[in-house]
Amino acid sequence: MKLTVNGTSHEVEVEEDMPLLWVLRDELGITGVKYGCGIAQCGACTVHVDGVAVRSCQLAAGDVDGEITTIEGLGTPEALHAVQEAWVEHQVAQCGYCQSGQMMQAASFLELNSAPTDTQIDEAMSGNLCRCGTYPRIRAAVKTAATKLQGA
Amino acid sequence: MGRVKTIARRSFLIGSAAILGGVAFGTYLVKRDPANPLTADAAAGDAVFNPWVKINADGITLVTPHTDLGQGAASMQAMLIAEELDVDLDQITTTPGVPAAAYYNTALAAEAVPFRSNDDSFAAETMRSTMGAVMKVLGAQVTGGSTSVPDSFDKLRQAGAVARETLKAAAAAETGIEVAKLRTERAAVVLPDGTRLEYTALAARAAQLDPVTDVTLRDPAQWRLIGKQVQRMDVLAKSTGTQTYGIDLKVDGMVHASVRMNPRKGAPMLGFDAAAAEGMRGVSQIIGLPYGVAVIADNTWRAFRALEEIEIDWDKAPYPAEQEEHWAAVAASFTPDRLDKEWRHDGDVDSALANAGETVFEAEYRAPYVAHQPLEPLSAIVKVTEDRVDIWASHQLPRFVQQRVAKKLEMDTDQIHLHNQYAGGSFGHRLEFDNIDVTVDVARELPGTPVKLTFRREEDFVQDYNRQIGMARGRGAHAGGKVTALDLEIATVSASRSQSKRLGAPVPGPDTQIAAGAWNMRYAVPDLRVRAYAVPELAPTSSWRSVGASTAGFFAESFLDELIHAAGADPMEERLRLVNDNDARRVLEAVAEMSNWGSPLGPRKGRGVALVTSFGVPVAEVVEVTDTDDGIRIDRVWLAAEVGKVVDPVTFENVVAGGVIWGLGHAMNSEITYSDGMAEQDNFHMAEGMRMHQCPVIEVRALENNPAIRGIGEPPVPPAAPALANAIFAATGTRLREMPFFNTVSFV
Repeated sequence: MKLTVNGTSHEVEVEEDMPLLWVLRDELGITGVKYGCGIAQCGACTVHVDGVAVRSCQLAAGDVDGEITTIEGLGTPEALHAVQEAWVEHQVAQCGYCQSGQMMQAASFLELNSAPTDTQIDEAMSGNLCRCGTYPRIRAAVKTAATKLQGA
Repeated sequence: MGRVKTIARRSFLIGSAAILGGVAFGTYLVKRDPANPLTADAAAGDAVFNPWVKINADGITLVTPHTDLGQGAASMQAMLIAEELDVDLDQITTTPGVPAAAYYNTALAAEAVPFRSNDDSFAAETMRSTMGAVMKVLGAQVTGGSTSVPDSFDKLRQAGAVARETLKAAAAAETGIEVAKLRTERAAVVLPDGTRLEYTALAARAAQLDPVTDVTLRDPAQWRLIGKQVQRMDVLAKSTGTQTYGIDLKVDGMVHASVRMNPRKGAPMLGFDAAAAEGMRGVSQIIGLPYGVAVIADNTWRAFRALEEIEIDWDKAPYPAEQEEHWAAVAASFTPDRLDKEWRHDGDVDSALANAGETVFEAEYRAPYVAHQPLEPLSAIVKVTEDRVDIWASHQLPRFVQQRVAKKLEMDTDQIHLHNQYAGGSFGHRLEFDNIDVTVDVARELPGTPVKLTFRREEDFVQDYNRQIGMARGRGAHAGGKVTALDLEIATVSASRSQSKRLGAPVPGPDTQIAAGAWNMRYAVPDLRVRAYAVPELAPTSSWRSVGASTAGFFAESFLDELIHAAGADPMEERLRLVNDNDARRVLEAVAEMSNWGSPLGPRKGRGVALVTSFGVPVAEVVEVTDTDDGIRIDRVWLAAEVGKVVDPVTFENVVAGGVIWGLGHAMNSEITYSDGMAEQDNFHMAEGMRMHQCPVIEVRALENNPAIRGIGEPPVPPAAPALANAIFAATGTRLREMPFFNTVSFV
């Protein structure tokens, strides 16, 4: 089947029901997307399909019907997305393992809601688990990112 | 390479250890410094000044041997070296280095001795220095016990200073200008005329010199990095998905694998039928192991899926099958023969309680098993060949990994090469060896082929070594509105013994952790006793962020709070009246001020306070909650901690807030219970910890009054649970005596 990831088209020969997560990680070697729980409880595997956040551990490869963006496609160390800029400014990460998913969730959310309230931020981000407990910084970084995106 | 001259105090400690250690290890062993591991593979032109600094024409490499588990250890260690070396963090690269005795941890000894951390008596200091010598002789390279900062603070600044002065000597030799006229700045020696000689250019010359070991450390007033707002070295990578963790690595020729081990932990497998898994796409091999079955495949998911198709016959659990039996075993351990140690007895508790009559107050508390579950599941890559084993994984005990694998494969330790990795969290999980053991067992079946074995989350949960389960019984009395007697008995399984047994290094004497955070309470209650009872091992347990204090701190500060309420006193005022130590008093006063303690609260709101000292750090926390129609909402937390000196304030605030969230979240909703010999919770929907919408606003304050520098990874955890329980009592009148609290009250 054909998958477009971060603007590049890939031909992969995998089972229809292989979760997108494992196509990305083990077939295409794109490892910014993380395996955390496998049951859509932690959000570490969050990617975008046509700009909308999805849990790639629960999306079968055969059901992908749009262009996929992973954290590597959101921005790069040389050209950061506004959300990543905010994550750097607030020094959000501890272990960092959940942060790709957190940023993908935040970027998608801010596309839909450019001026969120604190409660809306909490609700949008509550599906993404952070075991280190960086939530206060995530909250602050999402607000900063919103401001950056509004100014952009 | 010469011996690094240590600063005066460390010289004294090691010196006195040498006297004491002479009996057990031979003075020579204690005095001798372990070999510099950088020397072994140094190329011509590499200046390896000491085990932490290597400079050559290509660049500056700093070795940061404390494993980075997300607590910022790599960046912190680099800051300490860079401070004295006069380099900026953008001019260096870091590496965890190879496992080596040179990276032994002396600071760990402080928590291992049965003395209060504020006890500076001769006996306490002597024991600490003896234990320090033991660590040195064992070459115990350990990340844990909140020791990365205290272990590194002097050593790494010293390492940086030695390298700097040696580079100046090299520059002096090159230019003929005397050292006193040279200065250093941004990775260069600067000549009086302003000419910069880059360190990288001086390295070849420096490599020919003996290191200059007579160095003076900078006055703190001159620090550029320590205590300053600095960008953590891994922040950019961790904000762009480019940080590589062990689970992300790829090695040429690698196959994927996963495993199912007996969920009745520690018991063998009796047999299996893999017919349904054989021939599944991508599956190349199914391997029976004494304790389970592994699948080799060309993709992790294909290995996961094949495992689900295998029917396995498991043996019975080597511990009680049902949770009620575990609780019964704990409850039955408050007996003289299970007494591990009476840690403290001030006054005469028995007489005080006998004479207290009707004011004697009693309560019983429970703390469950809890899993570690960092978000990066356990994994490892192992390649076994005839004369060499390579292991890619993150571990807190790198030398133990080497020794363990060498023993298993009957090889020499120096044939085992551990490439230690950044970890996606640990919280104590990476002190254990299951991922290493299993991957080695599988990889030895495929000699020459690197095997990457990934645990399914469900497997990680049921194979976790949980926090100790425990109970406490308190009896106390009050008079005239004051707490007058407090008798606390704590019974838990011994996580330390469970863990050290697996390490093959049983620790003699009482378990210092069972009553940690309770017996060392910095209060002067006239009649005060704390006794620890060791429950015989049930399910295996291990160190869980803050270890004993995570349970004993909850027991002690909950019971004290109940006594204070019984006495009709204010929880903050009475603690301030009882406190008997200046550091502890100051952290209490700080949170009282920060939280505006005593100011009126709205309806259905309450504040709770707790003070627990662990790993030498007194931490006070105030929690404020609202009893909403949707459940308890945690609004705010204020925390103050006495740490001596904050090295990295950015990471400090982040990790401390994270410790609060860890403590609160698990107290709210996490436990592991056993049924039919198996953990019943196997993924985050059943033990999730705190989520974003539950997270309070957290305000953190570091106090820097004490000369002893301390680590902060664990100490914020223990006060969180009792402060929350105490706040919920204040708001609702419901006293929570058992964690997790969601079995009793709802949370938003």
